[in-house]
Amino acid sequence: MTSLPVDWLEKEKDRRTLRVDASAFSDKVYEALTAACALVVPGLVIAIAVAVFAAAWPAFAKLGLSIVTTSDWDVAAGHFGAAPAIFGTIVSSAVALIIATPLAIGVAVFLSEFSPTWLRQPVGFLVDLLAAIPSVVYGLWGIFVLIPLLREHVMPFLRDTLHLGATPFFRGPAYGPSMLAAGVILSIMALPYISSVSREVLMAVPRSQREAALALGATRWEMIRDAVVPYARSGIIGGIMLGLGRALGETMAVTMVIGNRPEISASLLAPGYTMASLIANEFSEATNDLHLSALMAVGAILFIITLIVNAGARWLVWSVSRKRAQ
Amino acid sequence: MIKTVRSIAVALSAAALLSGGIASAQSVDLTGAGATFPYPIYSKWFADYAQSTGVKINYQSIGSGGGIRQLSEQTVDFGASDGPMSDQELAGAKGGPVLHFPTVMGAVVVTYNVPGLNRPLNLTGDAIADIFAGKITKWNDAQIVAQNRGVALPNSDILVVHRSDGSGTTYIFSDYLNSVSPSWSSSLGKGKEIKWPVGLGGKGNEGVAGQVKQTPGSIGYVELAYAKQNGLPFANVKNAAGRYITPSIASVTAAAASMKLPKNTDYRVSIANAPGKDSYPISSMTWILVYQNQTDRVKGAKLVNFLKWAYKDGEKSAAALDYAPLPASMVSQLQSRLKTIRIADTRVGDTR
Repeated sequence: MTSLPVDWLEKEKDRRTLRVDASAFSDKVYEALTAACALVVPGLVIAIAVAVFAAAWPAFAKLGLSIVTTSDWDVAAGHFGAAPAIFGTIVSSAVALIIATPLAIGVAVFLSEFSPTWLRQPVGFLVDLLAAIPSVVYGLWGIFVLIPLLREHVMPFLRDTLHLGATPFFRGPAYGPSMLAAGVILSIMALPYISSVSREVLMAVPRSQREAALALGATRWEMIRDAVVPYARSGIIGGIMLGLGRALGETMAVTMVIGNRPEISASLLAPGYTMASLIANEFSEATNDLHLSALMAVGAILFIITLIVNAGARWLVWSVSRKRAQ
Repeated sequence: MIKTVRSIAVALSAAALLSGGIASAQSVDLTGAGATFPYPIYSKWFADYAQSTGVKINYQSIGSGGGIRQLSEQTVDFGASDGPMSDQELAGAKGGPVLHFPTVMGAVVVTYNVPGLNRPLNLTGDAIADIFAGKITKWNDAQIVAQNRGVALPNSDILVVHRSDGSGTTYIFSDYLNSVSPSWSSSLGKGKEIKWPVGLGGKGNEGVAGQVKQTPGSIGYVELAYAKQNGLPFANVKNAAGRYITPSIASVTAAAASMKLPKNTDYRVSIANAPGKDSYPISSMTWILVYQNQTDRVKGAKLVNFLKWAYKDGEKSAAALDYAPLPASMVSQLQSRLKTIRIADTRVGDTR
């Protein structure tokens, strides 16, 4: 047996320090790489915003706030009032949330609290699958299935049988393509986002929370209402806002069913318009500079509205979770 | 075993597709962009032309507006449009003077859904204008009844369906109404987008046709080719000579043939409400737009050769795809007009 040669030891030492140096180096590379990834995305958002606002600037400079406040969209006359489209975007999304939220929370509560385990996976999967259907398919389904159904059955039922026609919200002839049709389509598209997030947060509610409520003599319904849902509230609101974001920006399916009529009407049976539809409809054939710029301005307004909605959602989630902490 | 065979077949065809895609991407000779209306005939032309000459042309049907924009910015070798360029657009083109070359013609038909009709409706331009302006609101209005004796018209509301997207179809339709109805021209005018006073907007021909098919009492307008291919009913329209004309390829070609064009025409002409007795009045040409001064010698020659081929051979395949071919007299004028294109400062005529 011979002792280890000294030069071997030296070499080994060098090799090890080299490895430490190498790992420190790779740490640095890794850090720089992730930092770059993290910066590219916000950079992209800013770049898009700058490009949209720059292209929209001529219209804002020439037309000012009349883009937002007036409702006369007449390309030939150079009038660009997008108020009906702004109104339509907000109303159709609101209708969608009113329909989708209770349904989605119902689905989420059932799946997390009541459903037998064997049913949970397939039902959850099918609901999530709604999010994977392309919007043009929703649009076609809307034209061929939903609109005839609404026109022949749902609209007459709401207006005449329930006498809702007496209110301004369900007055007038039922053509089919309408704000209601857009709201229903959007509700189906927003539903999987809300239910999927809600289900996850409900499942994450600690077992102790449920057991404590039951130990106090709560029924199952009381347990869900008072112990589980409040605990998950901020997450559920986050899910609703995700759904709202989907509804605000949806273009194709809405364009196919809303009737594309730039008018503000209180009635949900009347056709309407949305900002995204307006852009999609007119952009490809717009040659006049002011027209193009006005369409970009509509895009900029949609951008701002989405920003406000997201900020509002942040604030809502924050204030809800703070209240609970107190 | 079958499974393996099938998967090999799939892999092979995928490889073939891929290599085909690469090959065509490498050897595209000309690019164009523009109108969607003539896209079916243009893609047939480009395929036929590539087969007989090997020259590949890539065409993006992004809409007439996009075609004009891209031509003005010189990002494509030629543009295509369903409406002629305005003087302002011509002045804004960066590559100098733009020439309009009509290729084929199309027509817009008035389609409707009125239950219980035993024959096609007859309509005058004034009646169509008043319906789409919201002035005639019932199917049994005196103006419609007067032209359709013996047809049982219901006492029901008319639902107007128009295009929601900017389109050459709307341009052709409004161009016609603009030329026949003084009340239309003073209030609504012509354009790719109209500020419609009544009705619903459908996206694309299919959006309008789908809505009309489904809703009793509705009326809309679509391209002749689309209406024929989908078996939609359409109205006979009274022409300038006072006859009710059924839209057809022959009656559209007749409309162009009846136009007396001046010798030095730039072909930015409307054939709406054409004078001939067999002319279908809601007809229009569609144009390929090229720069008069071609700076690239190779591309310029290829473009001119393609247009020569289109007038000589391409026109023959128009009718099969429900487009109306140009009248022969116009084709021969256009063939000689091709000589005015200058390729890198030499006239086409000189290079031959």
